Amino acid sequence: MLMINCPWCGFRDETEFKYGGQAHIVRPSPPELASDKDWADYLYMRKNEKGDHFEQWCHSSGCRRWFNVERNTVTNEMTRSYKTDEK
Amino acid sequence: MNKFRVKNIGRIARDKILHFTFNGKKYVGFQGDTLASALLANGIHLIARSIKYHRPRGFIGSGVDDPNGLVKIGSGSKALPNHFATQIELYEGLEAESVNCWPSVNFDFGALQGKLSRFMVPGFYYKTFMWPSWLWPIYEKLLRNRAGYGVVPSLPDVDRYEKRNIHCEFLIIGGGPAGITAALAAGRSGLRVILVDEQNELGGTLLNDRVQIDSKYAHTWLNESINELNKMPEVKILSRSTAFGNYEHQYIGVLERIPEHHLKNSINLPRERIWKIRAAKTFIATGAIERSLVFVGNDVPGVMLSSAVESFIFRYGVSLGKNVAFVTNNDSIYNLCEDLNELGINVPAIIDFRSNINEALIEKVTKIGIDVYPGWQIEKVIGNKRINQIEISELENVDKEVSKKHKIKKINCDILAMSGGWDTNLHLYSQIGNKINYDANLKCFVPYEEFKNQHMIGSCSGLTGTQDCLNQGFQTVLESLKDFGIDISSKKFKVQIDPYLYDQSTISNMIESVLKKSSMKRKQFVDFQLDVTSRDIDISLDEGFESIQHIKRYTKANTGTDQGKISGTNLSILIAQKTGKEISEVGPTTFRPPYTPVTFGAIAGRSLLDQFDPVRQTSIHDWHVSAGAKFENVGQWKRPWFYPKDNEIMDDAVVRECLAVRNSLGICDASTLGKIEVNGPDSAEFLNRVYVNNWTKLQIGRCRYGLMLGDDGNVMDDGVTARIGETKYLMHTTTTGASTVMDWLERWLQTEWPELKVYLTSVTDQWSTISINGPNSRKVLSKLCSDIDLSNESFPFMSFKSGIVSGVKARVFRVSFAGELSYEINVHSEFATALWESIMDAGEEFGITPYGTEAMHVLRAEKGYVIVGQDTDGSVTPIDLGYGKMLSKTKDFLGKRSLDRKEMVRNNRKQFVGLIPVMSSEKIPEGAQIVESLSNSSIMIGHVTSSYFSPTLDKNIALSLIESGRTRKGEYVYAIDTKGGSVKVEIVSPVFYDLEGYRQNV
Repeated sequence: MLMINCPWCGFRDETEFKYGGQAHIVRPSPPELASDKDWADYLYMRKNEKGDHFEQWCHSSGCRRWFNVERNTVTNEMTRSYKTDEK
Repeated sequence: MNKFRVKNIGRIARDKILHFTFNGKKYVGFQGDTLASALLANGIHLIARSIKYHRPRGFIGSGVDDPNGLVKIGSGSKALPNHFATQIELYEGLEAESVNCWPSVNFDFGALQGKLSRFMVPGFYYKTFMWPSWLWPIYEKLLRNRAGYGVVPSLPDVDRYEKRNIHCEFLIIGGGPAGITAALAAGRSGLRVILVDEQNELGGTLLNDRVQIDSKYAHTWLNESINELNKMPEVKILSRSTAFGNYEHQYIGVLERIPEHHLKNSINLPRERIWKIRAAKTFIATGAIERSLVFVGNDVPGVMLSSAVESFIFRYGVSLGKNVAFVTNNDSIYNLCEDLNELGINVPAIIDFRSNINEALIEKVTKIGIDVYPGWQIEKVIGNKRINQIEISELENVDKEVSKKHKIKKINCDILAMSGGWDTNLHLYSQIGNKINYDANLKCFVPYEEFKNQHMIGSCSGLTGTQDCLNQGFQTVLESLKDFGIDISSKKFKVQIDPYLYDQSTISNMIESVLKKSSMKRKQFVDFQLDVTSRDIDISLDEGFESIQHIKRYTKANTGTDQGKISGTNLSILIAQKTGKEISEVGPTTFRPPYTPVTFGAIAGRSLLDQFDPVRQTSIHDWHVSAGAKFENVGQWKRPWFYPKDNEIMDDAVVRECLAVRNSLGICDASTLGKIEVNGPDSAEFLNRVYVNNWTKLQIGRCRYGLMLGDDGNVMDDGVTARIGETKYLMHTTTTGASTVMDWLERWLQTEWPELKVYLTSVTDQWSTISINGPNSRKVLSKLCSDIDLSNESFPFMSFKSGIVSGVKARVFRVSFAGELSYEINVHSEFATALWESIMDAGEEFGITPYGTEAMHVLRAEKGYVIVGQDTDGSVTPIDLGYGKMLSKTKDFLGKRSLDRKEMVRNNRKQFVGLIPVMSSEKIPEGAQIVESLSNSSIMIGHVTSSYFSPTLDKNIALSLIESGRTRKGEYVYAIDTKGGSVKVEIVSPVFYDLEGYRQNV
């Protein structure tokens, strides 16, 4: 089980969190000007990285904040977690 | 007492006699025995039958490495099938039985199957039971009966199992020499330390008492060290505890077994306990495991690992036999032969596969009269249920014909100790994905790239020799204490006598007796538990399997409950030798948790029955119970399903409840609906973005039905939202969607729209909702509430007012899920039951009827209202549902862009329509597929999502999704259920009752 560092609450067990998939996906704006392909890419196309992966987590049974995590998909090492407005 | 004991050695308490039975016969052993050592002390070597060929089997290992000694312990509700006798501490009254044999282990009919072994090649079942496919159900039944070992107990387990979480700075796994010195070092730091050991006492190989440390006998040194550890307040020792899994982020699963004599003295102890340990640093000191050898008859009872021979004799004081012969490919056994000789146990021969052996070794043993056969191999083991002789031959002769000239020698022995060398125990280390490497010098796999904060210490890191292990354990911890800024004084351990010190690099890679060709009669076992022979590997290679991972799956090698501990490396070596590849190229098979079997009881812990999942009850729950309601699970909620009266069956109760709502008055507990308060100046803008319709113009005190889409355009949730203040809204979600919607809304607020000044509060539990429904609902509410003008003009449909109802502050919403005149009254949960009861009293004159979820579903279906999740499935758009008019054209909302995608505007999409059967008495099966005709070529054009008998209309109705359904109204199609039955139905509007919505607007 993972030990996830919530930027607000610190290290907590994985069971307190919900996974939110790949992070930093840009929603085309305004949506109505996006081509069908760009919109479909935004909706459905995700990377399946071997190695460092940026992803979203929500501390749903805790402070309820969404945040980003950098995780190595091979070792599951989480090198960094940061707030949504941080780079 | 026991015939087969050595005097004065071992850690058994000879004054504490324990009685036990095996296969119904009575025996005795001593405290300190395992079931295995006690059986051997009674001269019992035949323990079990093998899985495929039902061959007689005895113990090969003495601990977790043993693949054979599976027994059933206890009976009835305390029965434990398939436990390893080597891992069971003996206790008074223990009952054990052999498994996988009938009628007895001594005379087993299944052994006849072994005679047919010619046919039982890898993939036998797949190859044999393929045709004809219609016979498969019969094959399956037969095969299921033959499969596996013990029988699953038929009674529920009466024992208790627990789980505990614990954190520490240092976790040390394994209480052998390295583990103990590591714990001593860690303990001196004052940090939290946990030492886990799988045995009933710490010590590992030191328990054999053949070592001398710091001029003390191992026993003495061990006692002193344990005393020191026990005095350290932050050191916790978990004995009888196996670390079975090494998971992410320093999370280690440990199974602790509580011994029977502790259980007897306390009613508070569980039988087993899983420790979930999080450690800052983990030190793996799991030792080394001896490898078996592959030769004809290597599975005959009496053939054992030399480490097992050592342990049974020196730790348990069992005299295994009079003549203990040895077969080896390495140096590690020579010291043991010497020690056995000293005990007066005859060693008739050492058969060493190697022709070049260190002269000094040979001299040492020949000096005391032991014959060494360098460059010889085992031809054959003679004996069926117990070894009595071996035939050996010189290796040089293998190229010649096997003939009478072939030099064969016979040696009498009742035990044959084998050693194929030593493997570092990499199970835990490798489970997490740590890299391992083949070491050409040590000729075994070794760790080569350690994970952060995980260290291998002792012989599992590739060390031999007790002194190195002791010092490395201490030193590694000392080094890592520096990470905590702690210094402890260093210490060097000196070992004066060490029988475990030998030159590992002189091991020969030969692990297999070289025979002209593998044969089914001359079985050489690689994996003992799953009866995998050397020939099975030949066959797999012949059939084109190359990867060890594939051969493992095809032959089942290494997949038993022993995880191939003594045979894993042999599989790699054999594949390498047979294919001409390097062992490093072949690699090991993947190590996976659990290291040793974990019972389902322990995995479940206390999460059983009522405690399996949290149960949520509304604040009115007790009233429903006393009213005799039957309950339905909705997510984690218990909701009243229907309220049977006087032994009514469900159908009758639902009819009665529905008609009460339509004709007079019904009352329903709707507290489980999700309730989210949306606060802040940008609330209306926020609702505009998450709902398809427009919220800008909603007045205070008005409600609106909202439809929420995923950004992919599919319906996700729905519900009524009321504007209850200038910048305050109350959103209702579906019961099961509540938490998903909350996360969804938070996600958009936090990640995409941080500029919006909105905050959300879940108030589902704070407010309870009582829904009163039916033409008389205004009359009953007016009896209880005087400060709200209930007239239709002042309080119309889809509006909201605050007031006092029956003395309680309430929020009253005029909304309806039944299409009737209806009010939903929200009060603080602590007053809900009181309000419910006063409404029941006030409604008595109108025959007020509590109704459950089933009637609620029927009533809404009559009105064609959708239930998200039942009538939709995550691929349904608002347009499919016929709600296209709700979509705002003047603003953007989540999912809007997706509704323009090609797939979403396809003209034959499934649309939401109603169905009625042509034969009005026929019920339309829920989930049935819709086809246009009953011909075989007819394809599915839709499915039934909901189906009920409508008491109001006195006929069966259904809701469904059908391709271009709205243009097919009036057409006849067929609903086909899973059993092939069909109902002819007419496609109609999904609104069956009160199309104009007159009734809810009165």
